[in-house]
Amino acid sequence: MKRTNELIVGLAVMAAIIVFTWGIFAVGENMTPGVTPFSQDVYHLHNVVLGIVTVIGVLVFTAMFTSIVIHRKSKGYQAAKFTHSTKAEIIWTAIPVLILVVMAVPATRVLIDMESTGGAEMNVKVTGYQWLWQYEYIEEGISFFSALDRDSNRARQIGSGIDPRTVENYLLEVDNRLVLPTNTRIRFLLTADDVIHSWWVPALGWKRDAIPGMVNEAWTYIEEEGIYRGQCAELCGADHGFMPIVVEAVSPEAFEAWVAEQRGDLAVNDSEGAEDAVEVVEVADEEQEQVQPLAAAEFAELSQG
Amino acid sequence: MSHTTTADHDDHHGHHPTGIARWLFSTNHKEIGTLYLVFSLIMFFVGGAMALVIRAELFAPGLQLVNPEFFNQMTTMHALVMIFGAVMPAFVGLANWMVPLMIGAPDMALPRMNNWSFWIMPFAFTLLLATLFMPSGAPASGWTLYPPLSLQGGNSLAFVIFAIHLMGISSIMGAINIIATILNMRAPGMTLLRMPLFVWTWLITAFLLIAVMPVLAGAVTMLLTDRFFGTSFFNAAGGGDPVLYQHIFWFFGHPEVYIMILPAFGIVSEIIPTFSRKRLFGYTSMVYATAAIAFLSFIVWAHHMFTVGMPLGAMLFFMYATMIIAVPTGIKIFNWVATMWRGSMSFETPMLFALGFVVLFTIGGLSGIMLAIVPANFQYHDSYFVVAHFHYVLVTGAIYSIMAAVYYWLPKWTGYMYNEKLGKIHFWWSTVWVNVLFFPQHYLGLAGMPRRIPDYAVQFTEFNMISSVGGFMFGFGQLLFVYIIWQCARGGEKATAQVWEGARGLEWTVPSPAPLHTFDTPPLVDDSVAVHKDSLT
Repeated sequence: MKRTNELIVGLAVMAAIIVFTWGIFAVGENMTPGVTPFSQDVYHLHNVVLGIVTVIGVLVFTAMFTSIVIHRKSKGYQAAKFTHSTKAEIIWTAIPVLILVVMAVPATRVLIDMESTGGAEMNVKVTGYQWLWQYEYIEEGISFFSALDRDSNRARQIGSGIDPRTVENYLLEVDNRLVLPTNTRIRFLLTADDVIHSWWVPALGWKRDAIPGMVNEAWTYIEEEGIYRGQCAELCGADHGFMPIVVEAVSPEAFEAWVAEQRGDLAVNDSEGAEDAVEVVEVADEEQEQVQPLAAAEFAELSQG
Repeated sequence: MSHTTTADHDDHHGHHPTGIARWLFSTNHKEIGTLYLVFSLIMFFVGGAMALVIRAELFAPGLQLVNPEFFNQMTTMHALVMIFGAVMPAFVGLANWMVPLMIGAPDMALPRMNNWSFWIMPFAFTLLLATLFMPSGAPASGWTLYPPLSLQGGNSLAFVIFAIHLMGISSIMGAINIIATILNMRAPGMTLLRMPLFVWTWLITAFLLIAVMPVLAGAVTMLLTDRFFGTSFFNAAGGGDPVLYQHIFWFFGHPEVYIMILPAFGIVSEIIPTFSRKRLFGYTSMVYATAAIAFLSFIVWAHHMFTVGMPLGAMLFFMYATMIIAVPTGIKIFNWVATMWRGSMSFETPMLFALGFVVLFTIGGLSGIMLAIVPANFQYHDSYFVVAHFHYVLVTGAIYSIMAAVYYWLPKWTGYMYNEKLGKIHFWWSTVWVNVLFFPQHYLGLAGMPRRIPDYAVQFTEFNMISSVGGFMFGFGQLLFVYIIWQCARGGEKATAQVWEGARGLEWTVPSPAPLHTFDTPPLVDDSVAVHKDSLT
């Protein structure tokens, strides 16, 4: 009699919790699947683990709320005396271990994949500054800075009177985008000039810290053309919230054209001084002294590797 | 046997100083416990006010109220004040009040040191909070004080570091006192495996404190010399390593997390059996699980920094070690549910907060398992997902347990019952709004919002607004908590010695309010008096 009661109430409680949980998931946002094999692996892993912990949560809360509904003093329920059950304790130690193994196996596989080095078809060095990014295309010999665009920068000042909602891609737009080819294995070399930054584009599936005096590595292989936005993810001072990242993924052919254009522009700039690009070059000159020693050390490292 | 060595300190039976001197010079564990708890409550509101500045600025995109530098000062100070000023002193205050009462000791083992370890705290926090009014402003590099950023600030950094040193000294002295008390002053018959779980968890926590507070002190001292004396511990240009600081900091930082949650486990393990009218399920496994968690806390630190670029082997090790923590933590949660199972439950305010703890802490624990998965951590790290995670374990974990403990023992402290109706309103109000406050932050993190930013892209607006509304409602709701305590301290229905029908343990054998001096003659403890009884022992 008692047993049936517990079963019926338990099922009702579980149904209620499942509906509630489903509501919570339906309302909210999930992680982006992204546009690289890594980001998709991470997305699937996230969904699997989220699913497993959700089931665990539902089961634990079902047991707890079933007990809360039935085993109350106000219903005249008499307390049992048991304080121990070796069998139950072995079960709820062993099963979590098994569940952890189930999660650890794919996590290990994906991690080994993400960390596998080599096979880079192209290298991009990313340097974090307070508060902008520098991108150097090592093979192509292109280098430029990438900072928050003017519209966002104007709107984000206190008392600007500009509603951020009227600014396109508010805080997620830069003056010079990082243009990358699709279907190319790209190695990022990340470092910083002043404090620690972290380079994060969710669509690529990872973030990696840019640390002064160290060079970190990370890889990507973008499968879809498009514009992918991210931000600095490590507190780096007052304008930490204002150094976005914009990746523009284009076809390899379009990328070649872009490279040629950049090289042409840079050559033209030296003689003619086209306004936009001059700004880029000037900034680069200013920072030249600081950047130089680090960059030299890295090129040495690169040529060895 | 051993209590005789310490019980003969000069007590002031009958002729007690009054007024401010009573509190300044007190060596009484109950008075010092009260001081700690009041101090913690004040700091809870100071830190809470800072949180509301943060939530007000984040209510809408664009900068409306504060500049980014001040915003960063707020996030930094909010964390330091809440961790070192609100949560830790509250647990020490509870230990001061309850550990001697629970083990049948007349006082703490080292009463004069007890006085000192409390009275350091106001000075430490004066130093810390004074930085807000200095020309260079309060620290703005996050509570973790990562170099090189933390070294860019002004001279106020020195004040922060000295404040941390003082807090560390206070914590270590408090921890020594608790260990000495528990190991030396238990009543006859109070064997280690008859101790209430709150005493057990605090014993283990005290060892953690002694182990890691010096590590924090070392880390911040290196910051001090790097900033002011030209050393290069963390300066790459001088041959140092900024990541070294993170390793040292988190070697302190992760045990610190458990310093803030193990006593909470103890509190909940006292309250759930009382209101289930059934002894704690699996007492011995609870003790071993606590010890296991404490041990594991020393070998998982790098899971706070998976994105700094570590060797694959290191990442795998820290991922597996972190995941293993889920096993002893799971045992605890299952044991609490098994304690409730087929009990005879009633739902007074302490029980409500304890049940709220079990549910919401479990949610925080489950998101913790997700964070342990390294590849996914590359997305979650430093996003609002992490903010949501640690607020679930700290606010609805640590702070909920503290509130549960206050309601549970308040009648013992004041001699009066608190207003049960208001207590229940406080619980339900807090529980609704704390979820409105923190749950949407999971979504924000998954959608790509980094933490510690004063302004955000417009797609994050809705959930930030919801979160801010929850923050203000939850925050102002806590004024009710103060009112309930104040009302209860002034009078009301007289509390019996037993207070709660199902309560067991020595603290319920003394009158309510507990007189200034208790257990001058140690009680005799056997299995019939012990709070917990496990068929294993």
